[in-house]
Amino acid sequence: MASPAIPLKLTMKDFKSDQEVRWCPGCGDYAILAAVQSFMPELGIPRENIVFVSGIGCSSRFPYYMNTYGLHSIHGRAPAIATGLSASRPDLSVWVVTGDGDALSIGGNHLIHALRRNVNLKILLFNNRIYGLTKGQYSPTSELGKITKSTPAGSADSPFNPLSLALGAEATFVARTIDSDRKHLQSVLRAAAEHEGSAFVEIYQNCNIFNDGAFDLIKDAESRDAHLIRLEQGRPITFGADDRFSVVHPEGSFGLQVQEGGAAIVHDATVDDPAYAFALSRLSGSDLSTTPIGVFRNVRRPSYDELVRKQLLDAQAQATGTPEEMLNDLLNSGDTWTIP
Amino acid sequence: MAPPAKRVEQLDRVVIRFAGDSGDGMQLTGDRFTSETAQLGNDISTLPNFPAEIRAPAGTLPGVSSFQVHFADYDILTPGDAPNVLVAMNPAALKANVSDLPPGADIIVNTDEFTKRSLAKVGYPADPLHDGSLAEYSVHPVALTSMTVGALAGLGIAKKDAERAKNMFALGLLSWMYSRPFASTLRFLERKFAKRPELVEANKTAFQAGWNYGETTEAFSVRYEIKPAKMRPGTYRNITGNQALSLGLVAAAVRSGLPLFLGAYPITPASDILHELSKHKRFGVTTMQAEDEIAAIGAALGASYGGALGVTTTSGPGVALKGETISLAIALELPLVVVDVQRAGPSTGMPTKTEQADLNMALYGRHGEAPLAVIAPRSPSDCFHAALEAARIALTYRTPVILLSDNYVANGSEPWLLPSVDELPDLSVEFTTAPNAEDGKFLPYLRDPETMARPWAVPGTPGLEHRIGGLEKADKTGDISYDPDNHEFMVRTRAARIEAIQVPDVDVEDPSEAARVLVLGWGSTYGPIGAACRALRQRGLTIAQAHLRHLSPLPANLGEVLSGYDRVVIPEMNLGQLAHVIRARYLIDAVPFNQVSGLPFTAATLENMLEDVVKNG
Repeated sequence: MASPAIPLKLTMKDFKSDQEVRWCPGCGDYAILAAVQSFMPELGIPRENIVFVSGIGCSSRFPYYMNTYGLHSIHGRAPAIATGLSASRPDLSVWVVTGDGDALSIGGNHLIHALRRNVNLKILLFNNRIYGLTKGQYSPTSELGKITKSTPAGSADSPFNPLSLALGAEATFVARTIDSDRKHLQSVLRAAAEHEGSAFVEIYQNCNIFNDGAFDLIKDAESRDAHLIRLEQGRPITFGADDRFSVVHPEGSFGLQVQEGGAAIVHDATVDDPAYAFALSRLSGSDLSTTPIGVFRNVRRPSYDELVRKQLLDAQAQATGTPEEMLNDLLNSGDTWTIP
Repeated sequence: MAPPAKRVEQLDRVVIRFAGDSGDGMQLTGDRFTSETAQLGNDISTLPNFPAEIRAPAGTLPGVSSFQVHFADYDILTPGDAPNVLVAMNPAALKANVSDLPPGADIIVNTDEFTKRSLAKVGYPADPLHDGSLAEYSVHPVALTSMTVGALAGLGIAKKDAERAKNMFALGLLSWMYSRPFASTLRFLERKFAKRPELVEANKTAFQAGWNYGETTEAFSVRYEIKPAKMRPGTYRNITGNQALSLGLVAAAVRSGLPLFLGAYPITPASDILHELSKHKRFGVTTMQAEDEIAAIGAALGASYGGALGVTTTSGPGVALKGETISLAIALELPLVVVDVQRAGPSTGMPTKTEQADLNMALYGRHGEAPLAVIAPRSPSDCFHAALEAARIALTYRTPVILLSDNYVANGSEPWLLPSVDELPDLSVEFTTAPNAEDGKFLPYLRDPETMARPWAVPGTPGLEHRIGGLEKADKTGDISYDPDNHEFMVRTRAARIEAIQVPDVDVEDPSEAARVLVLGWGSTYGPIGAACRALRQRGLTIAQAHLRHLSPLPANLGEVLSGYDRVVIPEMNLGQLAHVIRARYLIDAVPFNQVSGLPFTAATLENMLEDVVKNG
């Protein structure tokens, strides 16, 4: 599947499929779709070598709207299906689109194992903290006490912090961004696309029907500066008006803290010890009062695809003869006897 | 001093069962004896029987592991109903197996293990070697452990290692008794213990000591010979069902020219297929030990989507977990081979015991109208051809195929006449590379008029970018559709395309051509059914035998075959699952005959039952 010799001149339009987009009007997914479609030409990868794989949920309709190869699979299983595809077809750029229910509830097992294996997948998790397609039940990222159709007295489940979970699963690339901030979203996609191995991107996404305004604190112009922490590689982590707040590492503490003033630590996503990225991930809780966005962790470790491919190539390099001859030898191996 | 001359007796067949503690190496001993026997040209059939526990408490009944080998100077079909010889390495092995022996059988016991404590552990109130309870058998007491330790005394190895070599002493003795060639066993020991030369020496010495003991002791006065069987010319090897199935999958990769991708999660009794295939990377075989059964099939399906031959291997509990993904594969119309090595259920059931009770699940165990192809191998070596046939159907018709093996064929073994590679079916596939509609568009659900298969256009193919998924699809375009007429059409089309799969007619074996009773089986019951039919015919009765490989779709001639007999009997290791299908589909009053004990039918059980039907209708 060779790439064409001439440079590709694709535009956003080339990545729009002929299918009518059927999310609710006002859904955050529209903004993400537009951001992804307009980012794709940057990759310089022919459309036919790009595959979007999804599970079930509102976000999982995404592949139908991309004019690439696409597979809309079953609930929670996209990372597993994409693993088989990516491991057997290293020439492809494989993207997984999933949601908080799909990836963290029914498909939690596949997500953590794709991340620990470091399969060469770009995993976009649209987190709206609610079940949308099933009409409004709480999700594994809904805040404790969330009142929904299935929890009229408030949910009794503590939520996952998706980034902490991904880091615990040995993810090599972990980032967070927001549906409405196209520039930031695309910068994160760019970094994810450049990463060899699993890239896990949490995208805060507004469900205007069942959980409207969930992320307003970090989106509204009046409040966001006091709560949103933009991580930039090599820069001290400060935020708020006039960089009033700093993220610091207090002496004797295991974690990071936000305080007024003080010596802000300098962000380095390439730190090998995941404890740093984990500490960053713990700054944000359900209330969003201090929420970092950007690339938390970006380290290099051989991908599953590479390792699997190497074993195949090594074995094939040692093989002699045609496949038929090798098969004949294999069938005739072990203790054989001949009847004349 | 020259050893006393021994009488040599000719036998036409023997069944030997090696039984001991699960740590005594009985499977290995049986394997080696089988291999020696194969070299001699006898026909063979074997049956291992072991507990699910890796090491059950030593010396207990649940810890008994056994290996039965049947060999003969003629073509045989089963591992034998009853052993002529039992090798019992301890009291538990004796107690667990003695009731299977016919009067007059030889019992070789390791007397060193018959201590008060060991006897008490399995509830023997008195030593059966001395209380007369074994009077109807020919008992040969042998101090296996102490003679082994004695033989290895000069080698300077630990007592524990010396004791562990007692299985080789037993193998040496039996090899002498049945005049087996042992060069391959000595070579095997050199390979197995290559990293510990002292154990090579110890095990070879123990083997030789066992052989010499047979030759010199007066306890064994007769030596037996079994002439080679008249078998078709060619090169043979002894093979288990799981090995044959693995090689069949490798052959399918070679003959299709596709990479093979196996997604699997370890489960008894299917794990050996994962182990075997993981050795064959040079054929472009990728094996992935997935995080669970669902991921295993998901990864296989993802690989199929990308243009590989996707395979997943499991047992019943795993198929239950894979159901939703199998349905997705049916909706996506992609090739996928799902191997179910059946074991006794429900739930965890008896993981190392056999059963055929997953037929209903294979045929019907999914949500919605979700038909697929189902096939079953009839014997260990037939697993090779069944795997190729599963791949043929999956690739030609773009459908998941369930291959129903079971523990009996998976772990049993028999001689396999090696096929010639160029005579294996050509499974080559053409991917779709160009638009298939007049307007230059690509229609992912436009079907081949002959096979009703949709195009397999894999990612990486320019101009054919398309989206597919589990949602109902419009005919031809594959776009999402909730149209009622379209759904009705697609449901009926998915059913019709499975029914349209070309499968060979079922053959009927009836040398008399006058039989009024037909016995119909499927899968691993072929051996005992066949042996029972032969026995009846030798006694002058007539009976016809038909055996199904294809369970979905059924062979086109089956209805006609069934209607030609007064009585159709269907023996199954379940409560009548195929019988239900046959009765419902052909309106025939088929007689089910069922055994769900975790053990295969004996030929004698079926012979008695069929005799009754033949004589009394």
